Amino acid sequence: MENTATQKYTFKDFASDQEVRWCPGCDDYVILRAMQKALPEMGVKRENVVFISGIGCSSRFPYYMNTYGMHSIHGRAPAIATGVKLANPELSVWVVTGDGDAMAIGGNHFIHVLRRNIDLNIVLFNNEIYGLTKGQFSPTSLVGQKTKSSPYGNTQPPFEPGELAIGAQARFFARIAGNQPKEMTEVFIKAEKFKGTSLIEVLQNCVIFNDNCYAKYTDKDVREDKQLFVEDGKPMIFGKNKDKGLILNGLKLEVVNLGENGITASDILVHKANEKDPTLHQMLARLKYPLVTGIIRSFEDVTLGEREEALTAQVKANSNFKKTDDLFFSGETYNVK
Amino acid sequence: MISTKEKLQPEVLEAVVIRFVGDSGDGMQLTGTQFSDTSAMFGNDVATFPNYPSEIRAPQGSLYGVSGFQVHIGSVEISTPGDQVDLLVAMNPAALKTNLYAVKPGHTIIVDTDAFDRKSLEKAQYKENPLTDGSLENYRVIEVSMTSLTKESLKEVEGLDNKTITRSKNMFALGMVYWMYHRDTEHTIAFLNKKFKNKPPVLEANTKVLNAGYYYAETLELIPNAYAIAPAKMNPGTYRIIMGNTATAWGFLAAAEKSGLELFLGSYPITPATDILHELVKHKHFGVKAFQAEDEIAGISSAIGAAFAGDLAITTTSGPGLALKGEAVGLAMMLELPLVIVNVQRGGPSTGLPTKTEQSDLLQALYGRNGESPVIVIAASTPANCFNFAYEACRLALEHMTPVILLTDGYIANGSAPWKVRSVSEMPNINTNLVKHASEDWHPYDRFEDTLARNWAIPGTPNLEHRVGGLEKDKVTGNVSYDPENHQEMVLIRAEKIRRVQDNIPDLTTEFAESGDLLVVGWGGTYGGLHTAVKQIHESGYKNIGFAHFNYINPLPENTENVLRRFKKILVCELNNGQFVKVLKVNFENLNIAQFNKIQGLPFSNDELIQQFKNQL
Repeated sequence: MENTATQKYTFKDFASDQEVRWCPGCDDYVILRAMQKALPEMGVKRENVVFISGIGCSSRFPYYMNTYGMHSIHGRAPAIATGVKLANPELSVWVVTGDGDAMAIGGNHFIHVLRRNIDLNIVLFNNEIYGLTKGQFSPTSLVGQKTKSSPYGNTQPPFEPGELAIGAQARFFARIAGNQPKEMTEVFIKAEKFKGTSLIEVLQNCVIFNDNCYAKYTDKDVREDKQLFVEDGKPMIFGKNKDKGLILNGLKLEVVNLGENGITASDILVHKANEKDPTLHQMLARLKYPLVTGIIRSFEDVTLGEREEALTAQVKANSNFKKTDDLFFSGETYNVK
Repeated sequence: MISTKEKLQPEVLEAVVIRFVGDSGDGMQLTGTQFSDTSAMFGNDVATFPNYPSEIRAPQGSLYGVSGFQVHIGSVEISTPGDQVDLLVAMNPAALKTNLYAVKPGHTIIVDTDAFDRKSLEKAQYKENPLTDGSLENYRVIEVSMTSLTKESLKEVEGLDNKTITRSKNMFALGMVYWMYHRDTEHTIAFLNKKFKNKPPVLEANTKVLNAGYYYAETLELIPNAYAIAPAKMNPGTYRIIMGNTATAWGFLAAAEKSGLELFLGSYPITPATDILHELVKHKHFGVKAFQAEDEIAGISSAIGAAFAGDLAITTTSGPGLALKGEAVGLAMMLELPLVIVNVQRGGPSTGLPTKTEQSDLLQALYGRNGESPVIVIAASTPANCFNFAYEACRLALEHMTPVILLTDGYIANGSAPWKVRSVSEMPNINTNLVKHASEDWHPYDRFEDTLARNWAIPGTPNLEHRVGGLEKDKVTGNVSYDPENHQEMVLIRAEKIRRVQDNIPDLTTEFAESGDLLVVGWGGTYGGLHTAVKQIHESGYKNIGFAHFNYINPLPENTENVLRRFKKILVCELNNGQFVKVLKVNFENLNIAQFNKIQGLPFSNDELIQQFKNQL
C-alpha cells in the first residue's frame, strides 16, 4: 500500500458532517481545527488516518474527523490504537485522550504504549478537571483545587504529564498552549513525521469547570514572559524582550537575565530535543517558571513495529512452514490404516 | 531397539490407566508423554492428563512438589484420562503418599526403593516406611532400586555428571513399563536421538537406562506377566497427539489461512490459558501477530483495534480475565466487530482454584456485561475438538460480525488425545463481510438481510471512512443517536442478529437413544466422562437413556426444545452449581428437569455418574 497522498487535501476534507457539540469557547475547537489544518500538510492519505479515543469531552473528537475513527471505552484508546497499528503498520494512528482518560483509568496503557515506542501519536487534552462528568478533580488537578468532588480542596498531588511520560520512556514529548493554533498545527505535523510514540500535551482550558486554569501562562499579555517555547538547536531564551534564559546551576535549572552579571547569549543552554539522556528533558517538563512549551523531547529510537517486522522476516526466512498443513502434518504424526 | 516379537504371550486387556508420579524434577511429564505417544503410534486410543504442582520450584521431595502424568490407553474408545489407575509409578515417598488414593485395590505400584530413605520419608510426612509397615498389603508393590540400577548401568559411560545420571532414572521406569505393556522402545529412542543430538553422552545415558529398565523388567520375577492392549478401531488417516490448548491455537491458524486474514492475538498470561499464547507466538512464519499486553483489558482492547483494522482478532484468558474484559466485550458487541474471546475456565470464584477445572463461567460468558449485550457462546468438548471449535468461533465471528466467546476448561485444555489431522482444504468456508467499494448511500451499519450482520469496512479503504463507537447509533446512518425508539430497535436488532446464528449451526443430536425415560445433558469439557458413563449404563441394559451434549449455547440449536421434550426426564450434569440448567429452564417451560452438580475442581468420575443415572431412572 502506497501511503503517500497524491491528492491535495484541504482542512475541509477532514471535517465530518457531524455538528460539533463542545461548549462554546472550549479550546477543543482550536485543537480540532489545528488538526484538520495539519493533516493536509502531513502527506498521508485520508483513508489511512485513524483516530481512536476513550471517554471524556476530548474523546468526542473522532466523530468530527472525516477519517476512520473509534470512540471507545474509558482509558483504553492507547491499547486499541496499538492493535490498529500492529494490524496495519501503514496507518497513521492518533489517540485522542484527556487527563483523566490517560492518567487515571487508562494509566497503565498510557505508560506501556510509551515504553514500547509504537509508531502512533497521542494528543492529550489536559484541562486538570473531569469535564464530561461535570467537574471532579483529575490526576492533574492541583493540591487545594476546589472541585465538585473536593469541596474543601484537593488533597491528591498531581501528575506532571511530561514527567510521567518521559519516566515511561517517551521518545517524543511536546507541550503546547490551547490558544496557540499555529504552533499546535506545526507540532502535530512534526509528531506525525516522528517515528515512534509521540505525546503532545495540550494545555486546554475548560471554560465551564476550570476556567482560566492556565491563564497565568497562556494569556497573550503574559505568555512571552511566562512560557519558554523551545526549539531544537536554539538557546533557551524567553521574555518579551528576549532577555531571560536558562542555565544549568549544579543540578538545577536557573533563570538568568541576559546582560546581568556578565551573562551573554552564549551562556544560555541550547535545546537539544534529540538527546538520548532524558534528564534535562525531565527538568524542562517539570519547570513551572518559565513553563516550557514546544517539542521538549524528540529522540529517534527503534520502534516496536520495526522490531516486530524484523523478527517476523527473520523467522519467515528460516522456516519451512509456509502453510498450516506444513505444521499440522509435521513431526510426531502417525497413520491409521 | 527392542522388538516385541521376542516376548511371551501377554495377558490381553481392553484398556489400562497408568499414572507416573515423582518430584517436579523427575521428568514425569516427559515419561508419560513418551508412553502415550508410543501407545498412540501402536494404534491405541489415548487420553492423557498432566498434574503439575502450582509451585514452580517446590522443595525436593515435598508433598506439594509432586508432579504427575496420567495416561489412559485402550483397544476400545477412550474418552477420558480415566479415574482410578491400574498402575502407579511412584518415584519417591511424597509421590506415593499423594497418589495412593487413586490406585485400584489389588493393582500394581512400582516404587524406587532408593528414594525411600529416612529424610525423604520425613519430607513426605511418613512416620513409618510404607514399604515395610504393611500399609500397602492390598496392592501389588514392585520394589526396584531404580537409582542404584541406573547408576550401575551407566558406570562405563564417560562424560556424565551425577545429576545427569540421577535424572535419567525416569527412563528406567519407562523401560519397565514398556516391557509390562508390550510396547516397543523404538519411538522413544528416536525421540532421544533428536532431543540429545548435540549431547552424545546424555543420549547414550538415556538410551542405556531405557534398555536397562526394559531388560530388568523382563528378567524380574516380581513382575508376573506382561499385558497387551490391541490397537483401537479408529478411522483411517493421519493422527497426532494434541493438547487442547494447542488444538485451540491451531484452529485459529487454520481459520486465518482459510479466511485470508492475518491472525492477531492480544493476550495477558493467566493459568490455564497461557499455553495458547505460548503456541501462537511461535508461528511468526505464518505472519501471526501475538501481542503480550500489559493487562487483560489491553489484551482484548488491542484485539478490538486489530479487528477494526481488518485482522482476525483473538484474545485468550481464564475466568478472572474475562471479568476484566467485560466492558471491552460489550464495546466489541456494540461496534459489531468480529472478535474471538477464549475463556479456558478454571475453578472460581475470584482467584479460586487456578490449576483445577470447572464450568462456572457460563453465566459470566452469557450475561457478564452491562446493558443488553448478547454474544455468541460456544464450547469445545474434547482436547481434539478444541481445534474445530476455535475454527468455528472464527467462522461465526466473521460471518456474523460479533464477538464470540469460546469456552474450554483446564481439563480439556491440558489434556491430550489423538487428533485426526485436518487440512485447511477440508475445513468449511469462511465468508467475511469485508466491503471494498462504497455505493452512494453507503453506511457502516448497513446490514445483510439474512444474517443482519453489518458490513466490514477497514481503514485503508478509500471513501469508506467512518466512525464507530460505544454510544448508541442510528440504525440507518450509524451516527450517534439518543432517540428512544431507535435504541429499542437497535437492542432488538442486535438480539435478533445473534438468534439468526441458529441458521448457521448444526442441530443438536442425541446419542444412544432418540427418545426415552432419561436424557443426560452436558455441555463443554465434560463430554468424555458423560459419554463413557452413558455408554456403559446403556450397554448394561438401560436402553431408555439418551445423551445430548451441547457445544452451541448462545444461540441454542434450533431443535433443542424438540430434543428435550422427547424424554420423560432430563438430567443436566455440570461442574458448577447449576448454570446451564438455568438457561434451559428459562428458555423452555415445564421441563421435567433435574441437575447433578460437582464443584470440586475435578471432572466427574464414572462411578458417581452411573450412580446418579440409576437414581434418576
